[in-house]
Amino acid sequence: MGTEGFAVQLSGIEKRFPGVIANHDVNLNVRAGTIHAIVGENGAGKSTLMKTLYGMHQPEAGTITVFGQPHTFRSPSDAIAAGIGMVHQHFMLADNFTVLENIVLGYEPTAGGVIKYDAAREKLQEIMVQSGTHVDLDVTVSELGVGKRQRVEILKVLYRGARVLILDEPTAVLVPQEVDELFGNLHRLVTDGATIIFISHKLDEVLAVSDDITVIRNGTTVAEVKPNEVTRGQLGELMVGSELPSPHGRTSEVGTALRLEVEGLTVAAPSGKNTLDDMSFQVHEGEVLGIAGVEGNGQFELCETIIGLVTASHGSIRIDGDDVTHTSPYERLMNGLSYIPFDRHREGLLLDAPLWENTLLGRDGDPRFRTGPFVNAAAAKEDARSVIERFDVRTPSEVVPAYALSGGNQQKLLVGRELSSHPRVLIAAHPTRGVDIGAQAAIWEKLRAARDAGLAVLLISADLEELIGLSDRIVVMFDGRINAHLIPSEATPEMLGTYMTGGVQEVAS
Amino acid sequence: MSTPSPAPEPATLRPARLRAPSTIMVTVASTVAAVTLALVLAGILLAVTGKNPIDAYAKMLDAGLEKNKLLEMVQRATPLMIAAVAVAIGFKMNLFNIGVEGQFLMGMFCAAVAGTYVRMPPVLHVTFCLVVAMTAGAAWAGIAAVLKVKKGVNEVIATIMLNAIALSVIDWLFQERFRYETPGNLDVKTKPLPTSAWMPDLVENRLNSFVFVALAVVALFWLVVYKSRFGFRLRASGANAVAARTAGISSNRMIITAMLMSGAVAGLAGMPSLLGNTHAYGPTRPDGYGFNGIAVALLGRNHPFGIIVSALLFGFLDSVAGPLQIAKIPQSIVLVIKAIILITVVVVNEVVARRVAKRTADRTAAQLAMPMAVAA
Repeated sequence: MGTEGFAVQLSGIEKRFPGVIANHDVNLNVRAGTIHAIVGENGAGKSTLMKTLYGMHQPEAGTITVFGQPHTFRSPSDAIAAGIGMVHQHFMLADNFTVLENIVLGYEPTAGGVIKYDAAREKLQEIMVQSGTHVDLDVTVSELGVGKRQRVEILKVLYRGARVLILDEPTAVLVPQEVDELFGNLHRLVTDGATIIFISHKLDEVLAVSDDITVIRNGTTVAEVKPNEVTRGQLGELMVGSELPSPHGRTSEVGTALRLEVEGLTVAAPSGKNTLDDMSFQVHEGEVLGIAGVEGNGQFELCETIIGLVTASHGSIRIDGDDVTHTSPYERLMNGLSYIPFDRHREGLLLDAPLWENTLLGRDGDPRFRTGPFVNAAAAKEDARSVIERFDVRTPSEVVPAYALSGGNQQKLLVGRELSSHPRVLIAAHPTRGVDIGAQAAIWEKLRAARDAGLAVLLISADLEELIGLSDRIVVMFDGRINAHLIPSEATPEMLGTYMTGGVQEVAS
Repeated sequence: MSTPSPAPEPATLRPARLRAPSTIMVTVASTVAAVTLALVLAGILLAVTGKNPIDAYAKMLDAGLEKNKLLEMVQRATPLMIAAVAVAIGFKMNLFNIGVEGQFLMGMFCAAVAGTYVRMPPVLHVTFCLVVAMTAGAAWAGIAAVLKVKKGVNEVIATIMLNAIALSVIDWLFQERFRYETPGNLDVKTKPLPTSAWMPDLVENRLNSFVFVALAVVALFWLVVYKSRFGFRLRASGANAVAARTAGISSNRMIITAMLMSGAVAGLAGMPSLLGNTHAYGPTRPDGYGFNGIAVALLGRNHPFGIIVSALLFGFLDSVAGPLQIAKIPQSIVLVIKAIILITVVVVNEVVARRVAKRTADRTAAQLAMPMAVAA
């Protein structure tokens, strides 16, 4: 194959880690001026490949060609010099710096030791006009939402002169509206001559946005397809080597017992505006109540209030008929409530601690895991092994630290921990966010099984397919209030979208 | 410890069991690396100033390995172990208690004063003094804890300030209220403690029995912080306060408890001197335990075993300062070595932590990818 018209070509890439091969015989041909998606499950070798392309490590074999020139990247700066830029999944921005300061950081234009902000600003204005990616340069990053921060990252890469942008799971942190904006920006960038390598495992997005798709499985590239040549199902099968999971399906009826009752729940914010405003709903035994909503409309506060981390100014919370409004989080968690938090790294896991300490977290009061005042480490490890086995957490053992696992496996461990305490009520916030299809299928299956066994689930999700597929009823939250009640079988993404952005439901009852 | 009968192990889980790098091995390796690096750097300094570093180190070893000096090493290590445990308790909760210095002085002074007001049988009297010292240390540290929880004051700032305040308060109380003048004795002190509050020497004037208390403190630290449920919650909260809070562990309560415990242990650091040697508080009080304790805790990576070894090392360095001076090598080289150790240990710890994290991640990935390697 020639090099004409290709921005990036990788051929025969092989990367071994001590004793194993993480990438072998990887071939990638990215046409200049296109959006090229790389899809694959977590752990399939996408990240290893991108690290190779970005110079973060060196391959044992194979060649890297950028715009027809063979390259050997010893470090990311070599890759940057060749015109390759990386937008990381986890943003690398200094919160107290302004957007402008963040962008020039490390590449400051200087005159006699003084940073020439005006020159940088001028250059950036030009880039922003050209790329159609706009951000206010003078606000501090801490004031920006996730979508805007991502734009700052993209601008940062463009500012460094990148013509090839690698975006690592860029939509994992975005809400639907922001995803649309991002895709708009990407198209604009491509029109402007940039080439984009888009790493994802969200098939709909990949099919919607890319020009070419390379599928990677088990460390090697298995197919290159065009989005109009494959269906979602076919692409999924290429990716996982088997059929795609679905959140649908149940074998039981919703019970009649009330498990969770929230009545008039109100939380006043210091600013005077209520973050939660008179929320009332009920979840029955064996029922999933889905909560839709654009992030930041009170979902987080709702969860924290039900757990007991935030005190309600009005209203009550009942679990199994018991008023728990004034009990401590610990009491609630010990009495049938479980919580899969929004952000597994921030709120869910002790990344540096071994897995068995992670499965023990919050459950050390359980008589099974204590011997008097001491932790019964043997029993806790035994339990961790059981969670690892039942929830198919891919790990060599229960003593490895949590950071060593992939996101999907971390999440499976977390879900396993929360379900292992046999809760009667589970609050699941984005239970499958940022995990691969295999893990998603496993988590869905476990949630369904627990629900069929009588668990009441409050499901908060930004994945509308998940929300519609798993829920028995859906309520839409907007501005701290319930804005609409929907039946999943009748709900469409468009309807949800309307209510999520504040559209008023015509009330029948 | 009885465990429920183990369920059969899943066959897929067992064969490739990965051991996390042993904490003890890592502690030993990084401690040795930091100390070696410090000795090399100090050696260069010695060479620059015209002294032969090999010669100086040989003198140190010669002097330090004499029986009396070895006893002195243990004696000097005793308060450092205690102070380091105090610092380490804070570190485990992600708190930097720089106030051990002030807390131990408070504990020492209060015990010296309170101990003279009671009449008790020997063992009880010693216990009484220890309780007073721990209470005073805890109370002093508690101020910083309350400030942090209620007002968000950084504990580093608060404890530094409290060190200065402790010194002034103690000096004032001593000068105004508790000076005890003995005619014909220029050495002004508080009223001496009765012999019932004395800790006996193991080896006359060389080694006091308080070393057993120090070892007990280290053992208790290990038991409470590393093995108990409370310790688990403390470490969880220190490792990720948000995740711990989500799991129902109040981080404010942990901050208060950890600071109180740290302060209580810190209160004991002055006791080997007070109960074992001076038997009264005076202006010639010991100092620097708090700061040396930070270095020892860091060098020992907050690990009980590491703390004991590091405290002995610092005890050794202190014990050879005298003989070095006799050999015309400036004894300040000991201070320099200790200071350099503090710097190298921070650097080495960081490097080692990254290496270990990377190796663990790679090895985990490697073990999971095993079937693929076979296929490839």
